[in-house]
Amino acid sequence: MQLYLPIAEISANIFLILGIGGIVGFLSGMFGVGGGFLITPLLFFVGVPPAVAVATGANQVVASSVSGVLAQMKRKAVDFRMGTVLLVGGFGGSIIGIWVFEWMKRLGQVDLFVQLSYVLFLGVIGAMMFQESLRALLRNRDGKAPIRRAHSHNWVHGLPFKMKFRASGLYISVIPPVLIGALVGFLAAIMGVGGGFLLVPAMIYLLGMPTKVVIGTSLFQIIFVSAFTTLMHSVNSHSVDLMLALLLIFSGVIGAQFGAQIGLKLKAEQLRILLSLLVLAVSLRIAADLLLQPDQLYSVTPGAMP
Amino acid sequence: MIRSALLCLSLTLGLAAAVLPAAAQTEAGAEAEAETGAGTEAEAGTGAAAGTAGATTESIVSGLSQNRVSITADFNGSEILVYGAVRREAPPPPGRLSVVITVEGPSGPVTVRRKGRVAGIWINNAAVDVDSAPSFYAVATTGPIEEILTATENFRQSVTIDRLIRAVGITTQAEQSEDFLRALVQVRTEEGLYRLLEGSVELTEDTLFRADVTLPTNLTEGEYTVHLFLLRDGKMIARQERVIDVRKEGLERMIYNLAQTQPLLYGVIALLLAAAAGYGASAAFRMIRN
Repeated sequence: MQLYLPIAEISANIFLILGIGGIVGFLSGMFGVGGGFLITPLLFFVGVPPAVAVATGANQVVASSVSGVLAQMKRKAVDFRMGTVLLVGGFGGSIIGIWVFEWMKRLGQVDLFVQLSYVLFLGVIGAMMFQESLRALLRNRDGKAPIRRAHSHNWVHGLPFKMKFRASGLYISVIPPVLIGALVGFLAAIMGVGGGFLLVPAMIYLLGMPTKVVIGTSLFQIIFVSAFTTLMHSVNSHSVDLMLALLLIFSGVIGAQFGAQIGLKLKAEQLRILLSLLVLAVSLRIAADLLLQPDQLYSVTPGAMP
Repeated sequence: MIRSALLCLSLTLGLAAAVLPAAAQTEAGAEAEAETGAGTEAEAGTGAAAGTAGATTESIVSGLSQNRVSITADFNGSEILVYGAVRREAPPPPGRLSVVITVEGPSGPVTVRRKGRVAGIWINNAAVDVDSAPSFYAVATTGPIEEILTATENFRQSVTIDRLIRAVGITTQAEQSEDFLRALVQVRTEEGLYRLLEGSVELTEDTLFRADVTLPTNLTEGEYTVHLFLLRDGKMIARQERVIDVRKEGLERMIYNLAQTQPLLYGVIALLLAAAAGYGASAAFRMIRN
């Protein structure tokens, strides 16, 4: 069954779109990430124009994050104070990101810029996470408990503007969270992702937050960053396709609930290693597009260059 | 005498189409009859259409199966039937008669970019601005276009796609700028937006003709112009123009308009729907579990 998408201006198969939403929702519910990094390339694949895919992907991320945060709130696993600090940085990064996106669009390099961001960030994060979780998995098999220091002091703790984050049990400067938030907001705007895959490891390894509050807090800040991104895109480039978004959201939130059930049955290291493999696979796929000679060297875009 | 007989023919074109030895004749007849309004309208256009190249004895009477295409949620392409007849006031002159029918979508500026290898990766490194190119263009003919249309006549009437792409001063924008125009036609042909359908116009007894033109699913909104050319030995003897209005309708229209005119409200609605769906799903699943 075909459905005409009014903003993307293509006719797409309903079941294909529902399938994409469902699979991405399932994975995002399982790993606690928004899933935008998967949905945007999949929409490119179906023929949705990149600008529409990015903006509509952000809208879908809002829905799956709301669903996820509600589940985490019941376990009191959301650090609202940390989330708010991350958010302040996130808004700043988002504004810069949208500005860069528009600028790249004028240069005709927006596809390259989005693709390079994907390869770079997904590749680096995926490799780091894979290495770390593999080590953790091997260590657990040996039966040795991981050595964890309660307080590891480094240069981060020497920074000014300290703040108490009770839910995370931290007393640190607000500068690192604001910067991390800004980077995530920037990426969210140009890649159409919530930044969960970046935020989760950053909170664990850089900020030293306990893993149990990380997913909820990350989802909390992702809601607002991607909501802001959706609004900015719909105002600036009119590129949010409501029809497409509704289909993705509908199957996405259902998939997310099933994913969360499966996720509870797996060990943390197993989850992380699977997520890292997924992230690496997406990164390699996009890298191949950039490195191999394309079949068609020419591309046609309606509208003149300004 | 002959004139009145043919006038009669044009008015009852629905019946005329039904006797065509075409595969889809019954369907064509039904459509034509349903749209007799469109068929008789042709009368107004014929007077002006005739009179070129001195051969005033032959002119076109034509109709379209529909002069309006609505893009609704279930839009999955559309088939337009163009039908008509040749009206003569005298016995036909000698020579091979051919019919060319073109359907042209709204034109607009287009940027053609070329990828090149820079530092090991493929990036867009050359571009050409084309002033105007049709978003859709189909040419249906009774035979091979090179045989039925002379180059001079094509130049005068702008029939083939390369005659419709306007690009002024592109030589300064990139090397081998002609390649970009060729690539534009090639890319749009692969996407099904530019079509050359040689031999797809059925011409019966040098009088009745019909052609089916399929509009693709990725249509742009706007006015689509149908041109009908009557050619004898490569020279045009009559020409006519009709318009098909393609518009988004219903829900598609509403969503598109809201996104364009009230972008902030549109964004807020998109967010509220997303939040409600997220909340609804977690509430529903909690209920199922309990």
